[in-house]
Amino acid sequence: MARMKFLCDADRCIDCNACVTACKNENEVPWGINRRRVVTINDGKPGERSVSMACMHCTDAPCAAVCPVNCIFPTEDGVVLHNKDQCIGCGYCFYACPFGAPQYPQVGNFGTRGKMDKCTYCAGGGGPEAPGSAAEFAKYGSNRFGEGKLPLCAEMCSTKSLLAGDGDIIAQIYGERVRKRGYGSGAWGWTTAYHNDVGV
Amino acid sequence: MTFLARFRLATLVLALLAVAVAAPALAQKFGPDGAPNPTASVTSQRELLQQVPRITGRIDIPDTKAGVLIQPAGRTWDYFHQVLLRWGGAIVILGTVALLAIAYLILGRLPISAGRSGQKVVRFKAFERFAHWLTAASFVILGLTGLNITFGKAVLLPLVGPDTFAAISQAAKYVHNFTSFAFVAGLVLILVIFLRDNLLEKVDIDWLKQGGGFIKNRHAPSGRFNFGEKMVFWLSIAAGIAVSASGFLLLFPFYGTDILGMQLAQVVHAVTAILFIALILGHIYIGTVGMEGAFEAMGTGEVDLNWAKEHHDQWLAKKLAGEGRAEPTATPAE
Ligand code: HEM
Ligand code: SF4
Ligand code: SF4
Repeated sequence: MARMKFLCDADRCIDCNACVTACKNENEVPWGINRRRVVTINDGKPGERSVSMACMHCTDAPCAAVCPVNCIFPTEDGVVLHNKDQCIGCGYCFYACPFGAPQYPQVGNFGTRGKMDKCTYCAGGGGPEAPGSAAEFAKYGSNRFGEGKLPLCAEMCSTKSLLAGDGDIIAQIYGERVRKRGYGSGAWGWTTAYHNDVGV
Repeated sequence: MTFLARFRLATLVLALLAVAVAAPALAQKFGPDGAPNPTASVTSQRELLQQVPRITGRIDIPDTKAGVLIQPAGRTWDYFHQVLLRWGGAIVILGTVALLAIAYLILGRLPISAGRSGQKVVRFKAFERFAHWLTAASFVILGLTGLNITFGKAVLLPLVGPDTFAAISQAAKYVHNFTSFAFVAGLVLILVIFLRDNLLEKVDIDWLKQGGGFIKNRHAPSGRFNFGEKMVFWLSIAAGIAVSASGFLLLFPFYGTDILGMQLAQVVHAVTAILFIALILGHIYIGTVGMEGAFEAMGTGEVDLNWAKEHHDQWLAKKLAGEGRAEPTATPAE
């Protein structure tokens, strides 16, 4: 079974935010929710890099561990899904997530965050809705994965900075790139998310 | 040299030192020919994570917390929540229950040694009892609904199934969040009403010297509250403030706090809550099964004269004098 991962090659990311737009459009994500975002570090200084970040679909996902109602779980492809019917909107997954992935429709005073929303790897929801159904789309967004396709953000990245797919394969692609061009800032978040780094 | 000049010199030396240390790092950003070296100017995420606890940057959306790119501490917080808190909390709470059970087996129910006199004296007025029970009821509700967040998925979820458990937890969350206001109101009332009688006095030392009333044939003198009760009072006030302050931070997420602040607020909240629960378990024990004649003080508000004499002699003497009544032994039962 393939283990799905994301990898952002920060030396290629041009901060165009096309991935963000693609995600919003494909999943019809409501206002205020950003399943994917681009963060620029050292902005305007030497060593500036932009990194596109969403849910990394972690190994031993901390969000799933802390969730008080156990509504987050990994699929056999390593995609971390959740069930909005059971989510109580406690916000704990955001405190545990190393990548700021979980999003909430409301500000959250008095515990009124609403149901957590996050990147689904374009693989629909973890609830009882039938895969690919309109009900699933309304609640979680697209289920491209069920149709054999990869997340749209990575698919339409113009510089192929953002890679999605089997972890071993995208690590290999990235490794080859780094060796060829002679530099690489590393696979952002990999040690934290997957307990391993891309050896180059 | 004046002090100021010396200070300036020291600052200059420090600044020069800092430049000297930073220079090699800067130099590395250029190749031997002086052109920027792409390999060297790379911002290695591995090195960055060694230098800072959280990698942050600029973000296009108006959500400042989204500027945190990677915070490995999330995994540390996960470890606290899933391992330290759950094991620590279970050990502290079950341990307290076990200790109290042992205490009961050894000491039994502490009796009123002189027996009941049949005469009553008012210990807590209705309003004082209202403040106590307001705090107590909201505390129990907060404790149970809070512990559901910590232990519910291990204890309750297997019993009722995931959907029912989610519904219960959703309701429990709102109950927890809004009962907080009743708890804070009760806490403030208790603080105002009982503060004066809980200030430490000389008699508290005597009470301690006499073994706090746990040693037979020794009388431990005390005012309205004995040293043990005063400790419960002050620890409760301290824990109450800590749990409320951290609780309100959790209730208004990311107002003046960042991700670290929220994690710390949860740690403070959970740890204080567990210790607070252990303290109150002890308090409940001594106020109910642990001691004869104690519960009625907060129940009906009146206690037996002999109970008061054994546990709060100085308070009783003042109280009776104020009411113009005589000591219990002098007057037969009315
Ligand atoms: C001013 C009073 C309080 C406020 C505002 C407050 C608020 C909160 C909030 C917002 C949470 C996060 C979960 C949720 O959204 O429900 C929480 C969790 C919790 N609270 Fe409170 N609380 C208060 C008092 C207490 C008291 C008195 C206790 C204990 C007797 C307590 C025990 C707990 C526990 C055990 C948790 C779960 C910790 C965890 O497992 O992460 N709380 N509280
Ligand atoms: S990135 Fe965050 S939300 Fe996604 S699996 Fe990891 S901890 Fe969970
Ligand atoms: S917000 Fe929802 S998904 Fe996140 S930890 Fe709480 S219950 Fe679980």
